[in-house]
Amino acid sequence: MNRENISDLSYVNQPVPKVDSGSLVTGKGVYTNDLAPSDCLIVKIVRSPYAHALIQEIDTSRAEAVPGIVCVLTYKDCPDKRFTLAGQTYPEPSPYDRLILDQRMRFVGDAAAIVAGVSEEAVRKAVKLVRIRYEELEPVLDFRKAKDNPILVHPEDNWRSLCQVGADNKRNLCAHDECGAGDIEAVLASCDHVVDRVYHTKANQQAMMETFRTYTYLDAYGRLNVVSSTQVPFHVRRILANALDIPKYKVRVIKPRIGGGFGAKQTSVSEIYPALVTWKTGRPAKIIFTREESLIASSPRHEMELHVRVGADKDGRIRGIDLYTLSNTGAFGEHGPTTVGLSGHKSIPLYGQTEAFRFTYDVVYTNVMSSGAYRGYGATQGIFAVESVVNELAQKLGMDPTVLREKNLVREGQVMPAYYNERTDSCALDRCLARAKEMIGWDKKYPFYECGNGKVRGVGVALAMQGSGISHVDTGAVAIKMNDDGFYSLMVGATDMGTGCDTILSQMAAECLECSMDEIVVHGVDTDISPYDTGSYASSTTYVTGMAVVKTCEALREKICATGAGYLGCSVEDVQFDGQNVTNLKTGESISRKEIGNKVMCFSNEALSASEAFSSPTSPPPFMAGIAEVEIDRETGTVEMVDYVAVVDCGTVVNPALARVQVEGGIAQGIGMALFEDIVYNEKGKNYSNSFMQYKIPSRLDVGKIRVEFESSYEPTGPFGAKSIGEIVINTPAPAISNAVQNAVGVIVRELPISAEKVYWGIQEKKDK
Amino acid sequence: MEVRFILNQKETVVEAAPDAVLLNVLRDLGCKSVKCGCETTNCGLCTVWIDGKSRLSCSVLAASVDGHEVTTLEGVEKEAEEFGHFLANEGAEQCGFCSPGFIMNVLAMMKEFEQRAETSGRTEDAVPDVEEIKEYLAGNLCRCTGYMGQMRAIQKYLSEKKGVRVG
Repeated sequence: MNRENISDLSYVNQPVPKVDSGSLVTGKGVYTNDLAPSDCLIVKIVRSPYAHALIQEIDTSRAEAVPGIVCVLTYKDCPDKRFTLAGQTYPEPSPYDRLILDQRMRFVGDAAAIVAGVSEEAVRKAVKLVRIRYEELEPVLDFRKAKDNPILVHPEDNWRSLCQVGADNKRNLCAHDECGAGDIEAVLASCDHVVDRVYHTKANQQAMMETFRTYTYLDAYGRLNVVSSTQVPFHVRRILANALDIPKYKVRVIKPRIGGGFGAKQTSVSEIYPALVTWKTGRPAKIIFTREESLIASSPRHEMELHVRVGADKDGRIRGIDLYTLSNTGAFGEHGPTTVGLSGHKSIPLYGQTEAFRFTYDVVYTNVMSSGAYRGYGATQGIFAVESVVNELAQKLGMDPTVLREKNLVREGQVMPAYYNERTDSCALDRCLARAKEMIGWDKKYPFYECGNGKVRGVGVALAMQGSGISHVDTGAVAIKMNDDGFYSLMVGATDMGTGCDTILSQMAAECLECSMDEIVVHGVDTDISPYDTGSYASSTTYVTGMAVVKTCEALREKICATGAGYLGCSVEDVQFDGQNVTNLKTGESISRKEIGNKVMCFSNEALSASEAFSSPTSPPPFMAGIAEVEIDRETGTVEMVDYVAVVDCGTVVNPALARVQVEGGIAQGIGMALFEDIVYNEKGKNYSNSFMQYKIPSRLDVGKIRVEFESSYEPTGPFGAKSIGEIVINTPAPAISNAVQNAVGVIVRELPISAEKVYWGIQEKKDK
Repeated sequence: MEVRFILNQKETVVEAAPDAVLLNVLRDLGCKSVKCGCETTNCGLCTVWIDGKSRLSCSVLAASVDGHEVTTLEGVEKEAEEFGHFLANEGAEQCGFCSPGFIMNVLAMMKEFEQRAETSGRTEDAVPDVEEIKEYLAGNLCRCTGYMGQMRAIQKYLSEKKGVRVG
């Protein structure tokens, strides 16, 4: 495969509908709660009303007396062995700082007890009757004051950090690191211009439509079976074995259809509770998080404060970037040590030719809900800061921000010091920016134009990058077997969470095996059956698992040739397989795939199957340019989306329809993050943003027009030249919209979201000056 | 209490608590297309028709449908499939969790605009314009798609089914 013949492909690069679309659009019962047996015990959590407290006494007797209640479990019923809920490859960088239930409450909503019973009504009643006497403690709520605060979120001695991430629970520190290249202080000191700014991004909810949910039961072998809405079935198996302190062979995890994840389900938020109930009682159990629980006790984006300094010469050559990120991991360290890394490693490299950079960070514990993985995974926060400071630099230089970028952006073939010295073998970022400018009509609209009625429209720009899997870590394996009549079963461990990986992996398999997609039956995921896959996160599936499909198909084709040659009674060197027949090129004699499939099921010592894994030493970044056009009401400060253009380089586009929707969806989420999504706590740590009334996600009236195009490069290490697309698409809206506001009314909002209030006061302040 | 109603054209009798919510009763009756996304009438996932009009079943007491007609996606499978085909071609169902409620409201919208045309006698009234579509469906949230693909699906559906270009 090479870049020239992408257009000749039959399935790859085609807008194939999702293989499961038929059942999804007719509302078939294919999700976790649709499949749960009706005799499941209902599981609910008694949650802490305090941000920081110690449980002095729990009286469960009245709750247990409610008819239909089967058990009320407390910290006394749980192993005193800490683990992490983060779905990461072992040894996890996230510290082992959790118990299923703990005596110490670390945020409002922390789990204090588990109640299980035969009916919703009984359990609801019993939850209210669990009597808990708390010793209320002073919480750590300001993440700027958390490091070395005398109040410790995790004072316990059995807290453990498995990896060298600079964590120290006696300092409220979940991670710390510094890295760089060149002498940043000397470079900045010699720059004509240095812009020094602090930006603040808030915690955001993934708000996938299907909340967290799991059901569990014991099978005929007495093993714990777990059906869960998760992105990481194999990690969940390990997490549950750790949590329950049981051998891993006792656990099986199955993933049905998933109603969205966006990273939320890369943390094992709901699985431990019914698992404990089933393990204790032997009875099937299920937990369905309410939306409120999903908003107060889940795994949102890490709040970050980013102090960034950028230096440039008077012509606009960017010479150095210095970034310090302070990240708030909340009560537990899930994804704390890793998300923060992306805030620098996936923002600074956008500017390829700096003479020096430095990236330093601290990740701190506080008494708010634990953070987790959310699409973009730290890159989103870092890119908001770096792209915003570059926009401020442009203003200082009196330069068009797109021109400043054209001078500095990373190009194909460059080595990126801040990206582990990887080289960009595929990069069309320059083309992405040029095309985005054309699409929006930048040169006509920049910086703003009046619309009358006190309204003004501005345009703003941002660039973004991400990775494609975690280099040296992520591993995807697939298995393909041939069945009777020659159809194939494709077993994947990658997790389709709605994004369509079952489809795109099938497209690749059909392409490699030269058969119709109907003849590829895809199955995923069951940890007993599926080959190992780290899971669907870190923008890994298309690139990592996709390459495993390519490798596996190659291996299977060789076996098909050998088997066919055996039946034809000739040497394997003499045959060719064209997807339908194995043909002896010397005699013209052939045997069909159908015949081979049927023949190997009788008197055969050959299993026609193959399984290969793929892991990459690099993580080729996709790139994109986003330009926002917003309309601002000068009287009220209201910002409305008019138009958003996005041009993405994800390498070869495996499925243009699904890729487009990924981009549109990511941008809509980014618009929400930019304009209104915010998790608000009161002074005691209570989360006010506990419903969709308080935590507003964009409706179709809020997003304006979103227009998407692709400028493909060709990634030589990826399947058919593909890179990732899932995460990068959320990274440009916040800085581009902020820049559009800056260009329209001269107000720079450095703390998200860019609310009407902030813009209004910014306008007033300018007037006063 | 006993609730008698017509569910997807079938006489149905259920025993429901006075405070039972229609959403849960329908799911217990096997209508798994009806999803719960928020419990606070903000997301549109639980949209069903009561006497032909879109309603959020999370905020309707089961007792109140006594004597009424309730339709879920299971009751309009053919129409759902027909429109769903356009949705799938755009990849705009993505995770699919909001699709049943969304499709119920799209179908309700089509019917309502047809009725508008019948009342006004103007055939052009049968087809909503882009702003009307957005307004009508504003309560159907989707976190995956950013809504553009849904709109493309509706436009293509209208153009194929009614021969009208919208937008």
